[in-house]
Amino acid sequence: MSSLLEISDLHAEVDGTPILKGLSLTLGAGEVHAVMGPNGSGKSTLAQVLSGREDYEVTAGSIRFDGVDLLDMEPEERAIAGLFLGFQYPVEIPGVSNLNLLKAALNARAKARGEEEPAAATLLGRVREAAASLNISNEMLKRGVNEGFSGGEKKRNEILQMLVLEPRLAVLDETDSGLDIDAIRVVSQGINSLRDPQRSVLLITHFQRLLDHITPDRVHILVDGAIQASGGPELAQELEAEGYARYAPQPA
Amino acid sequence: MSNNVPAELATVLGRREYAPGFTTDIESETLPPGLDESVIRAISARKKEPEWLLEWRLEAFARWQAMTPPAWSKVQYPPIDYQAISYYSAPRSSDGPKSLDEVDPKLLETYEKLGIPVHERAALAGVAVDMVFDSVSVATTFKQKLADAGVIFSSISEAVQEHPELVRAYLGSVVPSGDNYYAALNSAVFTDGSFVFVPKGVTCPMELSTYFRINERNTGQFERTLIVCEDGASVSYLEGCTAPMRDENQLHAAVVELVALEDASIKYSTVQNWYPGDENGKGGIYNFVTKRGDCRGARSHISWTQVETGSAITWKYPSCILRGDDSIGEFYSVALSHHRQQADTGTKMIHLGRNTRSTIIAKGISAGHGDQTYRGLVRVGPRAEGARNYTQCDSLLIGSDCGAHTLPVVECAHPSARLEHEATTSRIGEDQLHYLRSRGLGEEEAVSMIVNGFCREVFRELPMEFAVEAQALLSVSLEGAVG
Ligand SMILES: Nc1ncnc2c1ncn2[C@@H]1O[C@H](COP(=O)(O)OP(=O)(O)OP(=O)(O)O)[C@@H](O)[C@H]1O
Ligand SMILES: [Mg+2]
Repeated sequence: MSSLLEISDLHAEVDGTPILKGLSLTLGAGEVHAVMGPNGSGKSTLAQVLSGREDYEVTAGSIRFDGVDLLDMEPEERAIAGLFLGFQYPVEIPGVSNLNLLKAALNARAKARGEEEPAAATLLGRVREAAASLNISNEMLKRGVNEGFSGGEKKRNEILQMLVLEPRLAVLDETDSGLDIDAIRVVSQGINSLRDPQRSVLLITHFQRLLDHITPDRVHILVDGAIQASGGPELAQELEAEGYARYAPQPA
Repeated sequence: MSNNVPAELATVLGRREYAPGFTTDIESETLPPGLDESVIRAISARKKEPEWLLEWRLEAFARWQAMTPPAWSKVQYPPIDYQAISYYSAPRSSDGPKSLDEVDPKLLETYEKLGIPVHERAALAGVAVDMVFDSVSVATTFKQKLADAGVIFSSISEAVQEHPELVRAYLGSVVPSGDNYYAALNSAVFTDGSFVFVPKGVTCPMELSTYFRINERNTGQFERTLIVCEDGASVSYLEGCTAPMRDENQLHAAVVELVALEDASIKYSTVQNWYPGDENGKGGIYNFVTKRGDCRGARSHISWTQVETGSAITWKYPSCILRGDDSIGEFYSVALSHHRQQADTGTKMIHLGRNTRSTIIAKGISAGHGDQTYRGLVRVGPRAEGARNYTQCDSLLIGSDCGAHTLPVVECAHPSARLEHEATTSRIGEDQLHYLRSRGLGEEEAVSMIVNGFCREVFRELPMEFAVEAQALLSVSLEGAVG
């Protein structure tokens, strides 16, 4: 079995409120899965728990990433092991340039693997290339991370980081929200360019239009903290027509 | 839970260690503790000073005796026993400034340990260094090259001997001996410091730098720095400081005077890393400093940049008197206070001439139980038509036990003045930290990256090598393995 991510019966709470209530999901290497679900169903909570955010408490269940216990690892260890989270709401870090952040991130990886830090020129080349493919200007690269970026620019910037960091698993939390039509295409191309037999993507989205560009292997419907249904790409199309009504939790 | 983060950060910060905390085992000649006229006479005699200077000192001493320590600042400390301090300490082998070859190798070793470019490294960095160890200056590098350019860069004691007319003309002309309690004390007992004179039209060919170090137990350091740029001259000067770790508090009361004549420009940068005391506030330097620049000539320009990470108490307000028309004053500051450190710092911009402009960018970082006050005065005099000031004060809080206060005062006597003020206070957010960690950065590195980003506007004002040093220093200050 070459499953890259295995989430079993995951329960998690925030400030004592249970949000994830027995969520299970398996993602194979090289696969793209979409997670869809109504507002407040727990999609971002899942993403944050995967990234190791500290104020999300896992009360039961397990997450294995590439065969190891993810819940045992610090956020930075997860990142170095190849997990990337594209945030729904990327934060601003004033005064820290994108280039600086990417350099530090790559150096941290090199250090953990006992490799040499990438040369500045290599780094710059890599970043410029990725930035060009996403229509991100040099001026934006030099600005503080997400500092004064528009909503769409922030999302593109997340994809830029993903392309440079080349994760094994990218969890993209509504990266398509707030993007204009052209940007959706550009961003989708970016995500597609990352696809290979070793890499997987977990796409959290509300919209079929992203899935027009990136065809998922599986679609999961997350309602009330658990996966209520899974299926092929057609499931997303059904949703588009019918909404989530039939997945509403049944009163006990 | 988000409330946990500050506590965790506090632990990170709590493990900060003070790197330069070693002492140097050097025989020194130290006056016994105590202060009266005879001590001042002894210092003056030891330095073979002219009569006018002894008199100037004695007059300052008389004023000081009639003064009381300022009580208006927010810093708190037990009364200082001025009779328990020794006012003069000199490494025994050092009989005044010498060429580097003659300096006690142990002293040079000390500076090497501190990472100060002394030998060839100085040449590489293109920086001339004057080193003040306890009370006396031990060596000045690159004297010849500077002399060729007409620049005088020496210890102030040496300048008193060799250029008495220059020292006499400018000493106390910016900070009068009775200016304030600590300045008066300094004027009475100052032992050494640096002197820079850049003649008309000369651009100093290299960065000038002084390192101050307090080594002896129970000594105070009272250095006096005087920098003069004649018409059209310019210089960039950096001051760095360290001290060993001591349980008792040590006093540092310096005076720095800058004089910029017409079209002259002086850039003065400080990286202050005096011993801050331990986590519980034991030990550390009391840093009571008077720094003032006089933009005496038209179109002159004085810029202060300071990175204050050390000292138990910092009481310091580098100021500019914008006397010349169209003159420019700038103040860029980063102050870090944690554990029990207290910093009361800021600036004064006194606009006297027409179309004078000033900029103030002050960044305060408080962590642990650190407490910090920005205190600023912008005064526009009745003749200062068209004066402009921009002030920006940003505070960054790490944890919930620290404090930050901003006390800007504006006094405006000319209706055409344009004064802008912006202030922000923020906390290192858990979401920012998590964002960086999710990219692979360790917690400490994440904190230090956020803090460095916060300080960027100030760091970019520092000369290149020192910007790197300042960033490293901030990182060290925020260091400690995460458990
Ligand atoms: N601190 C908190 N205390 C209690 N409930 C919380 C807290 N934080 C989040 N929640 C709740 O958790 C639920 C899941 O939130 P989450 O952000 O995971 O939803 P989502 O599926 O990503 O929604 P959206 O589609 O709007 O992005 C929401 O109902 C939210 O209100
Ligand atoms: Mg969400």
